[in-house]
Amino acid sequence: MTTKDKIYYREGLPVPETPDPENSPEFWRQTDVVGKPLPRVDAYERVSGTAVYPSDILLPNMIYGAMLRSPHPNAKVKGIDTSAAEKMDGVRAIITGQSAEAKNVKWKYRDQQVPLFASHCRFEGEAVAAVAADTRYQAADAARAIKVDYEILDFAVDYEHALDASAAKVGGKGNLLNEERYGRGDLDKGFAEADVVLEETYRTPCELHTPMEPHGCVANWERDRLTVWESSQGVYAVQSRIAEALDLPLSKVRAVGHYMGGGFGSKLWPGKYTVLCCLLAKKTARPVKMMLSREETYLCVGNRPASTMRIKAGVKKDGTLTALEFDCSGPSGAYPAGGVQLVDWLVRDLYRCANVRTSSKDILINAGPARPFRAPGHPQGAWALEQMVDALAEKIDMDPVALRLKNIPLESQAREGAPPYTTTGLRQCLERGAEQFDWRESIKRINGHNGRDNHLKRGIGVGACLWIAGDGGPPSTVIIKLYKDGSVNLNMGASDIGTGTKTVMAQVAAEELGVHPSVIQIEHADTATTQFATPSGGSKTVPTEAPTVRNAAISLKQALITMAAEDLKVDRDELNYIGDEIVWSGDDSKKIRITELSTLQKRGEVIGVGYRGPNPEDKVVNPFAAQFCELEVNTLSGEIRILRFLGAHDSGRVLNRLTFDNQVYGGIVMGVGLGLTENRQLDENQTGKLCNRNWHDYKLPTALDVPLVMSSLPIELDDPESNNTGAKGLGEPVTIPTAAAIANALYMATGVRFTRAPVTPMAVIRELSKKEKG
Amino acid sequence: MSKDDQDNRHCEGYTRRGFIQFIGVGAGVVGASLISQPFNGPVLANEDDQVLPAASMVKVRLKINGNRYEVLAEPRWSLLYVLREIIGQTGTKLGCDRGECGACTVLIDDLPRYACLTLAVEVENREITTVEGLMNGEELGPVQTAFAENDAFQCGYCTPGQVMAVEGLLRKVESPSADEIRSGCSGNLCRCGAYQNIFAAADQAARLKKS
Repeated sequence: MTTKDKIYYREGLPVPETPDPENSPEFWRQTDVVGKPLPRVDAYERVSGTAVYPSDILLPNMIYGAMLRSPHPNAKVKGIDTSAAEKMDGVRAIITGQSAEAKNVKWKYRDQQVPLFASHCRFEGEAVAAVAADTRYQAADAARAIKVDYEILDFAVDYEHALDASAAKVGGKGNLLNEERYGRGDLDKGFAEADVVLEETYRTPCELHTPMEPHGCVANWERDRLTVWESSQGVYAVQSRIAEALDLPLSKVRAVGHYMGGGFGSKLWPGKYTVLCCLLAKKTARPVKMMLSREETYLCVGNRPASTMRIKAGVKKDGTLTALEFDCSGPSGAYPAGGVQLVDWLVRDLYRCANVRTSSKDILINAGPARPFRAPGHPQGAWALEQMVDALAEKIDMDPVALRLKNIPLESQAREGAPPYTTTGLRQCLERGAEQFDWRESIKRINGHNGRDNHLKRGIGVGACLWIAGDGGPPSTVIIKLYKDGSVNLNMGASDIGTGTKTVMAQVAAEELGVHPSVIQIEHADTATTQFATPSGGSKTVPTEAPTVRNAAISLKQALITMAAEDLKVDRDELNYIGDEIVWSGDDSKKIRITELSTLQKRGEVIGVGYRGPNPEDKVVNPFAAQFCELEVNTLSGEIRILRFLGAHDSGRVLNRLTFDNQVYGGIVMGVGLGLTENRQLDENQTGKLCNRNWHDYKLPTALDVPLVMSSLPIELDDPESNNTGAKGLGEPVTIPTAAAIANALYMATGVRFTRAPVTPMAVIRELSKKEKG
Repeated sequence: MSKDDQDNRHCEGYTRRGFIQFIGVGAGVVGASLISQPFNGPVLANEDDQVLPAASMVKVRLKINGNRYEVLAEPRWSLLYVLREIIGQTGTKLGCDRGECGACTVLIDDLPRYACLTLAVEVENREITTVEGLMNGEELGPVQTAFAENDAFQCGYCTPGQVMAVEGLLRKVESPSADEIRSGCSGNLCRCGAYQNIFAAADQAARLKKS
């Protein structure tokens, strides 16, 4: 991505500009702290139970909120009777669409403005009323006791039939929200040049984020000043959305989010529930805690939309890709939410190909609106493209790794002017990954294994990817403060969503300042006390914040050198910062310890302010990856056991090996969910309602489903052009090629091309018996 | 996976199946209370033959991490709710409130249990251990230390439950095998997917506990 690209984590967020930093430090050739496997700086809080998550907040006099939501996928609210609920024990406030508090409050789905309580509920789970009561149990009881008269309407929840003439209209008008087209080269010519042309339709399911901590917040007013503790990926997004909804100046809304229990994109911004929690707190003049139930997190706080992808591809016998044609469709849900956002990006940009055409149809259905989900669009696109590449390789009798190596791009073909990447580590990911995985020998071993008369069949598979963003960029401001005893306070607005942001930033500051990370205190994710940051998403937190932290440290060092010049009475340009001393280049016995600087001692502290510099002009900074999988299929039961996984990731410099590897493993586990277990099931024919609304019916990978062995192979290429730390994003590429690698391994094991995810044991048995019957 | 399940079936306290059997008793108590006559004023939860309406408060005596607490609670309140919102010990987390994720895992008489499916009234005078109870003053206990050193978490929200599941496993099995560790952790979801590091932490914790 270049900084000019529009990207989802900035959607609807007024983003200030930060000034250019005045200095551009040299690329680190060697590091002492950065890159080391330092345990997290907040490990103690997280394992001792002392970390306070938003759901843990307890305030004096606090009461509890609960929501009443539409049980129908498409219904009009004809009347609401709250009289019984109002009389119940402990009930303090009820807000509906008729309440004065809510009447003028608006909410936004992308650019579409809607009332906080719509009289027409377009999806199951749309907000109808909110209650506050003394206990969580009483609030839930009262919400249930509200009587709503619904006019139940026909619904459309199957996006593959939502464009039929007979389908119910979600928004009154047609269900086709948007169709985007892209093309380059001459597709017909490309197919004519090909020796082999294949065409297939692939499908991925709707996947739900379900972070461990449900969405929710605590709201507290001190007269006209509001504080919200939200389980969020970005406090500034919470602040601006709430200020907009409630028409308050930013200075009256403080959003805090020191800890949060996972988001994966679904907590990039707050929800209607946040606004309602604030309104309930105002109405009752008491702090209100509103944590959604697990079921609500399945209904109304986002999803990765399902996708249907037709892909047609042409290849020459030597492995040159000559043409790619791709048509995809997917549902935004009941409001515009990017139903096919970036699904075609890998087809456009991952492999060198002169002739490409894509089309993407975003469709409205009566279901909860999508939200960005870890690498929006990419795992879906990889499911189709990476299986197609494997199928082509088989047809031209070429190794699938070799076919990918044949088509490595050095520039971003999908962008205007095809700008080059600063680094393309895709080749190294594939080559070194295949080597460490023992790819060639494994194929021989498996062919031997599968030749035997045994119901357990094995397969290996590969998948590759890039991620459209992962470059970070302005704006970002960080302040580092040095106390007079030499200890440090690092102040930044970014959230640590579990990726280790705080730890990595402490390492960057420690590296530049020459202090131990343990003397660094971190203040973060609070709109009142820390600097502006965009939400943690898009794999951009490290490449945005780490260079900014480094710049802040350098600015601090420059301030200290100026002080030393006064104390030592020499020119500041002749002074060097070495360890915890500032030394004169003329005579190294002329020096002063930082803590002895007279100005520092008099002032008590010194600060350095860092800004994020611009990204390179006319170049693109993207992470690349290849993942390798070995699995075993029980052809009698259909069960799949993943034996091992390797993630080879080019994300530039590794800032902390422990948190790096942890991301890789976590991304693979989430990809296993997409490939094998997760699938939002809507009752398409009868009720339009969600069938699997809990972790029992919607299955995540558990301790018993994850690969038996996972390994991480960082491909660390020097990338001094990307930013002053050379680090690229990691959190999203780790989950992009996983499901496709599994599918390719399944093909080797069974000879069946599984086009529809997730591949459940039932699907395996169904396809195997189909194959047997011919 | 099915084989592991079978192996695990005999391992009381770690399976969802075993857990549901356990909680069945509690559900019966509430069921009976709903058809009873109203009763005013607090009573002791464990008095014989007291059948209470759902919304009446009862006095519940809990023993948490060796400390005794007396709270007024509705019979339907979960142990999790009482721990977090009444007593204010928020180390134990709420993930699903329906016995699916294990974020609320605590030990009751050394066995891992889901606090969201355990009524406070059922565990009067039982030994309840939460993540806070594994600390030695301000120092981390061995399982917690192993989790920190092995980076066995990301967002950390499932972590107290994972720690308690491992603690429960190690109280029963001193040196668990890799399979036993996976089974021992299988009642606890981690959406960040830190399982491999959790297994490594469990393995190290077993060694730390012995040393």
